Amino acid sequence: MELSAVLDPLFRVPLAAGLLASIVLPVLGNLLWLRDEWLAALGLAHLAAAGALLGLAAGLPALAAAPAGAGAGAGAKALLGARGNTAYGAMILAGWCATLLFAANTRLGDALAHAMVDGQLYFAQTEHLLALISLAVVAALMLPWLTPRLMRARLFLDDEQANRLPAWRWHLAMDLLAALAMALGTVTLGLMGAFALVFVPPWLAFRLAPSWRWAMLLAAAGGLVAYLAAFLLAMTLDQPFGPVLVTALLAEAAGAAAMAPSLARPSRPRSAPEP
Amino acid sequence: MTTGLLEARDVVLGYSGPVVGPLSFTLERGDVLGLWGPNGAGKSTVLRAVVDGPRLLSGSLVREQGIRVAYQPQHPVRLAHMPITGREFLRYMGAGQRPPPSWLAPALGQRIDRLSGGQFQLLCIWSRLAWGADLVLLDEPTNNLDPRATAALAEMLDHEAGSRAVLLVSHERAFLEQVSTHILEVKAWS
Repeated sequence: MELSAVLDPLFRVPLAAGLLASIVLPVLGNLLWLRDEWLAALGLAHLAAAGALLGLAAGLPALAAAPAGAGAGAGAKALLGARGNTAYGAMILAGWCATLLFAANTRLGDALAHAMVDGQLYFAQTEHLLALISLAVVAALMLPWLTPRLMRARLFLDDEQANRLPAWRWHLAMDLLAALAMALGTVTLGLMGAFALVFVPPWLAFRLAPSWRWAMLLAAAGGLVAYLAAFLLAMTLDQPFGPVLVTALLAEAAGAAAMAPSLARPSRPRSAPEP
Repeated sequence: MTTGLLEARDVVLGYSGPVVGPLSFTLERGDVLGLWGPNGAGKSTVLRAVVDGPRLLSGSLVREQGIRVAYQPQHPVRLAHMPITGREFLRYMGAGQRPPPSWLAPALGQRIDRLSGGQFQLLCIWSRLAWGADLVLLDEPTNNLDPRATAALAEMLDHEAGSRAVLLVSHERAFLEQVSTHILEVKAWS
């Protein structure tokens, strides 16, 4: 496919939808990394994929069913207070087997499951774009309220209990926001593409950024740059978008690591010098 | 009804069995109560009880309604990678309104994961004091501090104690004698 095809009006909505996702997901990914819950994002993406397929089998649009699937997982996680790799692993397994079983037992399931995994960005429609605009607006409104509370929960985790705070509000809000983001990212960019956006740019930002503000900017920029490169490459080389996006993100991380070998090491020396 | 911010009467604390007690004390605003005792005596258990950790096996531990409690654990959470400056840390912990002590200035522009143990300890303690809590609980606040930093901590406590109560655990008797309005010796349950 020629490069000029990228500018075709047919691809403007998919380009814009993916562009929004490539900015919002890494920003939320920073908060997931803060909470040490980036693996939960993979679980939510799997549950979103399963939800989308189940919804399609029931005659519901994927754009509604995917958030329902991820939201159910987030709700269960909040209700049970489930944190840690065991809970996230269970979410991944539940979503994975549900996705493949639906694929094996429904008429269009196999093709749709592949689409969900591979990422069918070019079929994103106006509804996807509007949903992602809504997600971006909600995230922009909630982040100033969420960030200090999640910071304090991470760094002074006893404050909530000591002060009998209604902490469930912000923890559930973050769980649902992450679920919505992973669901919309999964149906737009594909399961692994969505996960890679909440994993790789924040991984880089946490190591490179001199401040939290810069961490947010770097994560968004990292997602955006990789996305645009992937969009161009996938179109011109006629490759599935999802794997190309993941490749672009991994290449970005590898390039940064090559330029700054200290990225892989903890920030503090093992025995920090005393004042 | 309490007679102070925090009142303990014949408190025995523990988990599956008693760990410490019986203890009695009352904390008013301006008090700095130092809990002193050997390792394993249960000093940290007393702080945890205020935060709602160990079980109150007997006695009463009552705090005034509506007070704000700030707790600094013995080992503050330190993440391997944390892209937040000291200044941002204070702001997010609700302590950004008040100017910090001048000797904290070098820490404000750095990422908190690149601060030394002592610098981070002092930053955390300042954040607890400047947050506006009515009751501040500090567990071994002199950890990681050299003599100069310990002196800075003592000055900070002396300056900040007036408007709040501080319950402070330390195995360093000299430090407690310097900063406390009164000291309670804690002995393990026997």
